Formats: sequence, structure tokens, C-alpha cells
Amino acid sequence: MQDILQSLGLAFNLMWRLDPNLVAIATLSLKVSGGAVLLAAVLALPFGAWLALARFPGRDAVIAVLNGMMGLPPVVVGLLVYLLLSRAGPLGPLGLLFTPAAMSIAQAILIFPIIAALARQVIEDAWDEYREQLLSLNATRWQCAEALLWDMRFSLSTSVLAGFGRAVAEVGAVMIVGGNIDGVTRVMTTAIALETSKGDLPLALALGLVLIFLVVCINFAAQAVKSYARRRHG
Amino acid sequence: MTSILPLSVRDLGFTIAGHEVIQGVSLDLAAGSRTVVLGPNGAGKSVLLRLLHGLLQPTGGTLRWAAADARRHQAMVFQRPVMLRRSALANIRFALDVAGAKGETDARARLALDRVGLGPLAERPARVLSGGEQQRLALARAWALQPQVLFLDEPTASLDPAATRAVEDVIVAMHQAGATIVMTTHDIGQARRLATDLLFLHQGRLIEATPAEAFFAQPRSAEAAAFIRGELLW
Ligand SMILES: Nc1ncnc2c1ncn2[C@@H]1O[C@H](COP(=O)(O)OP(=O)(O)O)[C@@H](O)[C@H]1O
Ligand SMILES: [Mg+2]
Repeated sequence: MQDILQSLGLAFNLMWRLDPNLVAIATLSLKVSGGAVLLAAVLALPFGAWLALARFPGRDAVIAVLNGMMGLPPVVVGLLVYLLLSRAGPLGPLGLLFTPAAMSIAQAILIFPIIAALARQVIEDAWDEYREQLLSLNATRWQCAEALLWDMRFSLSTSVLAGFGRAVAEVGAVMIVGGNIDGVTRVMTTAIALETSKGDLPLALALGLVLIFLVVCINFAAQAVKSYARRRHG
Repeated sequence: MTSILPLSVRDLGFTIAGHEVIQGVSLDLAAGSRTVVLGPNGAGKSVLLRLLHGLLQPTGGTLRWAAADARRHQAMVFQRPVMLRRSALANIRFALDVAGAKGETDARARLALDRVGLGPLAERPARVLSGGEQQRLALARAWALQPQVLFLDEPTASLDPAATRAVEDVIVAMHQAGATIVMTTHDIGQARRLATDLLFLHQGRLIEATPAEAFFAQPRSAEAAAFIRGELLW
């Protein structure tokens, strides 16, 4: 109890003072996970829409695998990306290992299935409603997918945020491919893990509180934008 | 522009899950008519319209338009209008873009809105319009496409008398502008007001195909006579 109160105090102190170290770590966290979400969303939203509209043998299996991959273990993803990017690996020459870019790539792989699977569900439900109208207008499959993605933009933002939440909170993948290098690849979760192992529990807890605070704030903002848009667009 | 009419339908059938929804329907659709498909609930009116428009594939019989690429010269208005989450104007522009319309699509879209009396609501998000306004918007969208044949499936089924009147006026105006109208209804009053020709459907079979006047003056079948008298059919 003492620890928790103490760390609460420390957390507010750090946030209040905008402690430079804390700000740097939090900023890097947002950059890495923001980049991951961007990368994953650009690929996963069209893929989810395609999967929602396509009909081919084995489609059910693809959906089952995709849904299953929503729970990919971060350390395993980290390991795979590590093998790809390590000097002897196929992408070794890019020199990305232990950089923020490598961390974004690992997180993007981790959350691609989340965004794609949720988008597939959203678009498929919408397709039931829109199908006849769009086909009557002679829209091609691709025009249908495009129209549905834009029309479902408010619902899809929730899928993207779910991906962001997962990315910013995971530690296993960024630890392996980033290396937790102070000032270079140290993000909130790896800092928490480090401080905990060093025994500095108040600082670890403070960082944790900041992380939760950030995630809640982002979701609040997104929710506000969404309900405004819903009221406006129906 | 070559006419896609007349349409010649021979022995058309549609069976789904062992249920013969449409059986042995033969008819000829000439240019310039306002044909109303009349019949009790469950007679197969909606399915017949979707077969004619090409949204459903017949399981038997033939359906032949007079020109190739007939689909591009048809439009359909559904019982419940499906609007995209964008402005009324943008909904019409979407339809024009998908149809590959070149040049002044904005002017064409605005003209269509004016014709149904929705000019002042052009920038309003389509999904927050009232049911009657949305149905008129659906008509404007169809009008902008300048179809040779316009299908309407119970376009006023969920509207109040004033909105129904407005929609019927637009249908008449589109007919005067050159579109051949094919619409379903289970409302005899509406059929009397709008039909030049009548198709009476009962339990998936076409029982009568006659000029409207003759149909109402002297129906040939017992079912049609009972339906006109307002008796319940099953
Ligand atoms: N996709 C479908 N699957 C099974 N039955 C259907 C399907 N579509 C329509 N039906 C059946 O076909 C019959 C005619 O339907 P419908 O054309 O909607 O009637 P109407 O428009 O005249 O009221 C109904 O008995 C309905 O249950
Ligand atoms: Mg119907």
C-alpha cells in the first residue's frame, strides 16, 4: 500500500513537471506504436474489406486463422522479426535491428490480425445492408469495398484503436527487436520492465500509470469524435 | 442510344431451398409503360423484380433484353433506401461516378435533387433525412442515372400519405421524361393511380397481364377479383 501511494505521488509529480526523461520515453512509445498502427491499418483495412466481400474455397479457414492470430504472442512475433532483421537474416542489410523502425514493424505484425479481423466483421455486416444497392448501381467489387470502408469509418476507428492499445501495451516484441537501449529504443513498457527488475517499483508503477493515462485519454478523444460524427452523419 | 426494350421473359423460374418462389412466368415489357406488379404479401413480387433487374439469377427460363449491356440502362429503388454516410449530393455523385458519367456530374446531381424538391438539402448528411426524403433522394439518384427502365419495389410501403404523394409525383415525372416504370405494390389504390399495365402475381405465378383499365373493370381470374374486392388471399 505504501508503495502504491508513493508511486502515485511520484507519477503525478513526473507528469506535472513534464519530466524530460518521461516525456522522451512516452513520446517514443507513441511514435513507435503510432507508426505500427499506420502501417498495419494501411494493409489490414483493405485486406479485411477484401475478405468480407470475397467468396472462395477455404475462406472460412482463412477467417478462422486470422481470428486466431489476434492473440499472437508478442515474444514470438519479436523473435521472428529479430530473425528477419538480424545481420544474418534476409532483411539484415537494411540495418533496422535495434531501431524504432524495427519496433514499429514488429508491433504492426502483431496488430495486423486484430485490425483485419475486426474490419472484416464490420464490413461484412455492412455488406448485408448495402449489397443490393451497390450492385444495382453496377459498382465493381473494389468500388464496393472502397465505399464500405469510407462509410464504416467511425466503426473502423474502434478496430484501429484496439490495435493501438495492444501495440502500445505490449513489451515482448519491442524488447527483443528494440533492445531497450536508453534514449534510443526505450519505450514505456520496456522501461517498466527494467525498473521493476532493478527494484525501483515506484518509478515502474509511475510509468505504468502514465501509460494507462495516455491510453485512456486517446480512447476518450476518439470516443468524443465518434459520437459527434455519429450524431452528424447518422 | 439503342433501346434495351422490349424485354422478353419466357417461363422464368426461381427456386430456393426447395421452395418455388417464382414459377413459369412469361411476359413482354414494352417501352413507355408504367407496369405495376400487384399481388398479396409473399406472392413473389420482390423476387420477380430482382430477377428482372439481375440481382438474382433465375433457376429456370430465359430473360432477354433487346440490347446488350442492358444493366447500365436500368436503375432500382428499394423499399428501404440505402444511403451512404455522406451528403445527399455526394450520394448522387457516387452513383454517377460508379456509372462512369463524364463531365458535369455536379450539375447533373444538383438538377436531380431539384427535381425531387431536395435542392435545399443537398449538403445534408443523407442518413439523417426523414424516410420520405430518403426515398425521394433514392429517386433522384435513379433519375440522375437517366435509366431507360426504372424498377421500384414498394417504394412507398413505409411512408405517410404526404410522402407517398410526393414519391408518386416523382415517379410520374420520371415516366414523362422517358423512363419505363416497373413497380411493385400491394396497395390497390396506388396501382389504380399509377398503372398503365398490370401484372397480377399470386403464389409465384403470373395470373394476369393486362392493361390496367381492363384489369380493374373486369379481372379475369377469381384471385384478382377477390384481391380487388379487398379479400385476404393466401
Ligand atoms: N432468399 C430467400 N430465401 C428463401 N425464401 C425466400 C427468399 N426470398 C424470398 N423468399 C420467399 O419467397 C416468397 C416471395 O417473397 P417476396 O418476393 O419477397 O414476396 P412479396 O414481395 O410479393 O411480398 C416468400 O414466401 C419468401 O419467404
Ligand atoms: Mg416485397
